[in-house]
Amino acid sequence: MKFFRSIRWRLQLWYGVLLLAVLSGFGITAYRLETSRQMRQIDEELQRRLPVLVKSQHPVPGNRERRELTVSAKDAAIFDREADGQFYYVVWLRHGEPVTRSASAPLDVQQPRPGDPPNRLRGTMRESFLFPGPGDCVLVGREIAHDLAGLRQLAGWLAGVGAAVLLLGVTGGAWLVTRALRPIRDISNAAGKISTGDLTQRISPGNSDSELGQLVGVLNSTFARLDAAFTQQARFTADAAHELRTPLAVILTHTQNGLSSKCLNEEHHEAFAASQRAVQRMRRLIESLLTLARLDAGQPPAYALCNLGRTVHDSIDLLRPLAKEREISIDADLPSVPCRCDAEQIAQVVTNLVSNAISYNQPGGSVNVNIGVESGAIFLAVRDTGHGIESEDLPHVFERFYRADKARSGAAGRTGLGLAITKAIVDGHGGTIEVATQAGRGSVFTVRLPDEGRPG
Amino acid sequence: MRLLVVEDEPDLLAGLVRALRKQGYAVDTASDGEEGLYKATSTDYDAIVLDVMLPLLDGWEILARLRESKATPVLMLTARDRTADRVRGLDTGADDYLVKPFDIPELFARLRAIIRRGANLSRAVVEVGEVRIDTAARTVTRSGEPVTLTAREYVMLEYLALHQGEVVTRTALYEHLFDENEETLSNILDVHVFNLRKKLGQDFILTRRGHGYCIE
Repeated sequence: MKFFRSIRWRLQLWYGVLLLAVLSGFGITAYRLETSRQMRQIDEELQRRLPVLVKSQHPVPGNRERRELTVSAKDAAIFDREADGQFYYVVWLRHGEPVTRSASAPLDVQQPRPGDPPNRLRGTMRESFLFPGPGDCVLVGREIAHDLAGLRQLAGWLAGVGAAVLLLGVTGGAWLVTRALRPIRDISNAAGKISTGDLTQRISPGNSDSELGQLVGVLNSTFARLDAAFTQQARFTADAAHELRTPLAVILTHTQNGLSSKCLNEEHHEAFAASQRAVQRMRRLIESLLTLARLDAGQPPAYALCNLGRTVHDSIDLLRPLAKEREISIDADLPSVPCRCDAEQIAQVVTNLVSNAISYNQPGGSVNVNIGVESGAIFLAVRDTGHGIESEDLPHVFERFYRADKARSGAAGRTGLGLAITKAIVDGHGGTIEVATQAGRGSVFTVRLPDEGRPG
Repeated sequence: MRLLVVEDEPDLLAGLVRALRKQGYAVDTASDGEEGLYKATSTDYDAIVLDVMLPLLDGWEILARLRESKATPVLMLTARDRTADRVRGLDTGADDYLVKPFDIPELFARLRAIIRRGANLSRAVVEVGEVRIDTAARTVTRSGEPVTLTAREYVMLEYLALHQGEVVTRTALYEHLFDENEETLSNILDVHVFNLRKKLGQDFILTRRGHGYCIE
């Protein structure tokens, strides 16, 4: 139903309806005018003939009361002629021949009553009449089936022309609408490309004075502000990275120098070792925070086509020593899956999920990694055989610094940001991440990415 | 092995110099870009540790200008880790790249690797007769027996081994084993050569009178 909600469709519908209304208004009016003009003409012709009939009434000689109708030959010539549609007359006289009718007059003509309108339509007969004296009535009529057929033909013709004009109008309208909307579509395409890609690009203003030119201006200035905000954010994180890392480098260098010294007593050694542990933790924390800051800034991922199987394989390889140390086996089923993504970020997702699966596993447990394509989405599933996640913790696992086990804060080199980063990366790719868990049996983290980069 | 460390943070510079000297390297320092470029172009270092963010001239600029005349191996240090920066560093001619904060053992390992590459040596192990020098682990064995060397002795041996078959002049040895601040006695080289011969065999290091020393 998206199509019916499009501006293009609605414009065309309104345009069509409007055109139809105008055309039918015009057609109906024309038809009405023509009908009444013809009727008026017919009525005039009928009424022109009425006085002849009145004049043709003469008193009957010898009987002053009675009158008779004598139509002279000249006058009779205007009736019963084939040529002009056979005018006929019927005359009723109170004192005289009750009904006198011309040759072509139909037999079923009824005498009009005084007070009737002077014209009437009876079937396909049009009749006009006059009451010259009390009880007398003269009527002239004509068959108008031919005229009515003409009018019907006119109506048909008007309808035909109207339909043709409507068709032409709607087609032209469709062309106009398409033409008028094309710049909007172009702008929308360009804006879409910019918003998901390179923010330094701008929409080219086709005709900067038009209304669309103003829209382009507004969009471009919005992109400029976004770009500036991203640049500023990027500069800030870069500066913050420098300012935070340099002092850490100083501490780390000196603690490691200190630890490598041969003349340390136990107390000194412990002090240096504790400092080194704290610095290493701080270092991981800063890296994670900077990563999150960059992801939060909303910079789109650096999309490129890669083989997901390869990326996942490489990330897992780096974690095998850790798995070996914890006596965890890693099983991975990694078919070749072409995927349009930011390979570096996805590698981090894999690293985070798999290292979690190793860390929260039981000794001798296993980690299972699967990738594939399922109902139009690329999925990555990481399954562990750990203790599972408590149901009250489940909604919070992707929160920053959330720890299911409060006592383990900072232990095992975990920052509490890994899953938050993972989620931020997946969100940035327009994907989803979900976790299913079974107490005592383990958990499965499933990442789904939109499968838009696959050829075909 | 003589190194140049260019770093503007004084505490980090001091820490690096201390760590590197303990490894037996001769270390020169520079704390701003111009001084760094001057020293890098005027002396033949075995490797340069170069910070990216420096006053006066930044690391990229130094690297670009250095590459006009010298192929000295360069390890860049940076507190920025953007991929674009990394690519730029390697494209400009940096031999390796390390993000702050770094672990000192990793820094050593990477330095050793770029020094080896600078000497066109792909393997970490140099074998000369029955003497085996592992430049990655910095250990020396003679007929399978480990030989204990002082840091300076090791560095001298490694320098000669990396230039195996070439005659290394006394001046070159002085330049690569001692930094700019060391007051060296003229016979200190003879002392080191004497000790190395005692530990590795009298014929191990040959003296080319009037030219210098050589390992064949």
